[in-house]
Amino acid sequence: MGRYILRRLLSAIPVLIGISVIVFAIMAMIPGDPATAILGSYATPENVAELNRDLGLDQPLVQRYFIWLGNLVQGDLGRSFNLNRPVLDEVLERFNATLILAGTAFILCSFLGIAAGVISAARQYGFADKAITFAVLLGISIPSFFLGMMMILIFAVNLRWFPVSGMWPIYGTRDIWALIDHLTMPALALAVVATGVIARLSRSAMLEVLRQDFIRTARAKGVRERGIIWRHALRAAMVSIIPVLGIQAGFVLSGAVYIERVFQWPGIGQMLVDAILRRDILLVQGGVVFVAACYVLFNIIVDVAQSLLDPRIKT
Amino acid sequence: MMAFLKLLARNQLALAGLIVMGLVVLLAVLTPILPLADPDVTNTPARFTPPFSEGALLGTDHLGRDLLSRLMWGTRLSLAVGFAAAFIAATIGAAIGIISGYYGGRTDNIIMRFVDVLMAFPYILLALAIVAALGPGLMNALIAVAAVNIPFFARNIRGITVGIAHKEFVDAARLAGLSDAKIILTEILPNVLPVIVIAMSTTVGWMILETAGLSFLGLGSQPPQADLGSMLGEARSALITNPHTSLVPGVMILIIVMAINLLGDGVRDALDPRLKSGALSRPLPATLVARDRQPGETADGTALLQLSQLETQFHIGPRIYRAVGGVDLQIQPGECLGLIGESGSGKSVTALSIMGLVASPPGKITGGSVYYRGEELVGAPYELLRSLRGRKVAYIFQDPLASLHPLYTVGDQLIEAVRVHRNVPKAEARAHAIELLKSVRIPNAEDRVDNYPHEMSGGMRQRVGIAMALANDPDVIIADEPTTALDVTVQAQILTLLDDLRRDRGVVILFITHDFGVVAQLCDRVAVMYAGRIVEQGTTDEILASPAHPYTRRLMACVPELGGGRRRLEAIPGLPPVVDKLPAGCAFADRCDKVRAACREGNITLDEIGATRRVRCIAPEIEEVPA
Ligand code: SF4
Repeated sequence: MGRYILRRLLSAIPVLIGISVIVFAIMAMIPGDPATAILGSYATPENVAELNRDLGLDQPLVQRYFIWLGNLVQGDLGRSFNLNRPVLDEVLERFNATLILAGTAFILCSFLGIAAGVISAARQYGFADKAITFAVLLGISIPSFFLGMMMILIFAVNLRWFPVSGMWPIYGTRDIWALIDHLTMPALALAVVATGVIARLSRSAMLEVLRQDFIRTARAKGVRERGIIWRHALRAAMVSIIPVLGIQAGFVLSGAVYIERVFQWPGIGQMLVDAILRRDILLVQGGVVFVAACYVLFNIIVDVAQSLLDPRIKT
Repeated sequence: MMAFLKLLARNQLALAGLIVMGLVVLLAVLTPILPLADPDVTNTPARFTPPFSEGALLGTDHLGRDLLSRLMWGTRLSLAVGFAAAFIAATIGAAIGIISGYYGGRTDNIIMRFVDVLMAFPYILLALAIVAALGPGLMNALIAVAAVNIPFFARNIRGITVGIAHKEFVDAARLAGLSDAKIILTEILPNVLPVIVIAMSTTVGWMILETAGLSFLGLGSQPPQADLGSMLGEARSALITNPHTSLVPGVMILIIVMAINLLGDGVRDALDPRLKSGALSRPLPATLVARDRQPGETADGTALLQLSQLETQFHIGPRIYRAVGGVDLQIQPGECLGLIGESGSGKSVTALSIMGLVASPPGKITGGSVYYRGEELVGAPYELLRSLRGRKVAYIFQDPLASLHPLYTVGDQLIEAVRVHRNVPKAEARAHAIELLKSVRIPNAEDRVDNYPHEMSGGMRQRVGIAMALANDPDVIIADEPTTALDVTVQAQILTLLDDLRRDRGVVILFITHDFGVVAQLCDRVAVMYAGRIVEQGTTDEILASPAHPYTRRLMACVPELGGGRRRLEAIPGLPPVVDKLPAGCAFADRCDKVRAACREGNITLDEIGATRRVRCIAPEIEEVPA
């Protein structure tokens, strides 16, 4: 197992390098003088000269890439001139908030989605199946940002169950309860689409598995229906559900950008949008590379989980 | 294509989606000529007019602009941008995919590596990076969304192209000296085009949503121009005071995306042939019972297991397959009965019907009875059936790899078999599992118990299957071709094992096979099945010595020795009749060399021709078994 993990980590290196190249290349498309673009309206001739020196901006593109990559590996993502702080500090702080939001949503959609899919398959063509199928269709069709706004209107403004926005109360203690209070609505709104997708896939994966010979064997043994569904069928279906969870994690992370906007959640999505509008190029570049790298690592975890689940995968 | 459209039309939800989408597109096209207010004229005194007011059907926004008009123009813009993005992504993605798949080798490798890296991004990060580089704006958002979706198309189309690039007609074109460009345009493209169109139609909703999303964030369309996303984005600040300004564009996005999703689902279903036959139905816990006649004759006191006029059918669409058409069997204690026939004769379905294990839908028990110790099992409550399964009547299946759970160790599966029926501690059940493995002569049972099925050989797996059947000391074991999937030497070992077990434990075996050699070695009595009915029945010795039914004789002639391969079955000319249209009279008539006119008339009964012999033929090979 240790060797398998190591092998997967090594195989991620070319992907990470590819990601850095792509991000760098996209940012190099910015027209005009890079130093002025980065510094924006704050540019004084001295600043420009300094930045050119630091980032090697006066050198050819390839050299610039290697200088940037060298800094990147050392954890130096440059400095945000708007915020006047190191990009990495800002990114880490914001990513933490995103992780809380997206992580919660991911756990929610995994459990709810799989449960809904399993129940739907077990009751195929029954009332529960129809109800779930309809809810899923609605769930995957509603834009998460619109859903979030409607939730604010109903549950925060009218029913006053949850605060309208933010991550912490403006006054008052910052404890776990305050966090849960603020987290519930955005996490749910973020989870809805992925829940629908996962439910759909789990349903068809379950139906596929339930027709297999080993299910008939389990029935011939006299296993109760509950055991058939949850122990035999779900276990086998998980093999095709897990990779989809990995993909959906990417969608949850992406959806967080909208949800953070709707609920004024101080996450990395908000940071990126603000940075784009303020033309804070280094912050965008650093944020994108950092999150993409985290996602690659997350997918390794998914692969490892898959190999733990399926003894047939050679490790 | 017509069939496809018909199928699509039959799917009502998809049709609804199509109609809604058509209406929305029509309205968007007609927007410029409709009598609408100017969407960009501000009128601050009349801001936030509620819906259904005079002169403003949907009210006005924070600048007093007419919402209905803005909605129509916004929808038009959103649709245009979404379709454009889908078109660009599809075109570029398909081009990359075709080149990659057609040329293969190095080109393919490099391109696909690049595509893999692009797909390693959470999609929105890439889109944000592109917008950051190009600057906010609707055109740039469109480019970003299209670019992000290129890898998806490239990968899909490449897969299809690889499949086509090595077909004969492409090779032929190459030999004819056509240039690569020409081959791609005339041979490849027409074949991948439908896939491109379908992939596009299923992603266009997504593109609309994504561009709307970027506009919502303020990175797409810039004021005063507004698509649905930026309308929603602008309305956000007035969400609490004037929710209608948010509801109008939000609901519109919902309607569009849902309509496209419905349509996309319909397209997918229409394209997936497995769904057409209803094959993706899950089997119910027990076979459905719909007896239109009264149950068969009542139980015979002495039989351990008795089948009486058992009928099982498969209902697939409008067709009805009579897999089992009135089977009578009796198994006495201590006996081994062989049920023999070609594949498709209904022997396995008969075996599975006993404990309600025929997949249902589409299977249905439509008549007759099964008695276990005089107790009716057809139509019995599920809980009774379940408690008998594995405890009193156990099964051994044909393919031990497919019939064992791939993700649990054989030990866990044996332990479960024990603990389903007996409330014993896990450790005890495990000890019992090891005992069971020893009793089926698996060496190193203590180690093997922790193996997964894929770590064992076919023969070992089937031993596990047998051990599992023995887990609760059942009265009856139904072995459904347990040796067919194994090679000849292993077959012999498994048969010896079964024979020993039956002598040691006195367990009754119903042995399903197509192989007379196997029957000769194991069974006391034989029933020969053809087209869902028993055609001959008797003791093994009698039948082997003098087969009465022409079919039996031919079947026996095919298999000279133990372990005959499947190949020999083809030695009987012709095929068994399709069981959804059985001929009148003898089902074997078309293949029988003794066929005469009377054979095709009326029902031919199973007649006694001796104390233990019965045959269903008007001209049997032997008239009477000597007493
Ligand atoms: S009934 Fe006629 S056709 Fe059928 S097996 Fe006998 S002889 Fe052949």
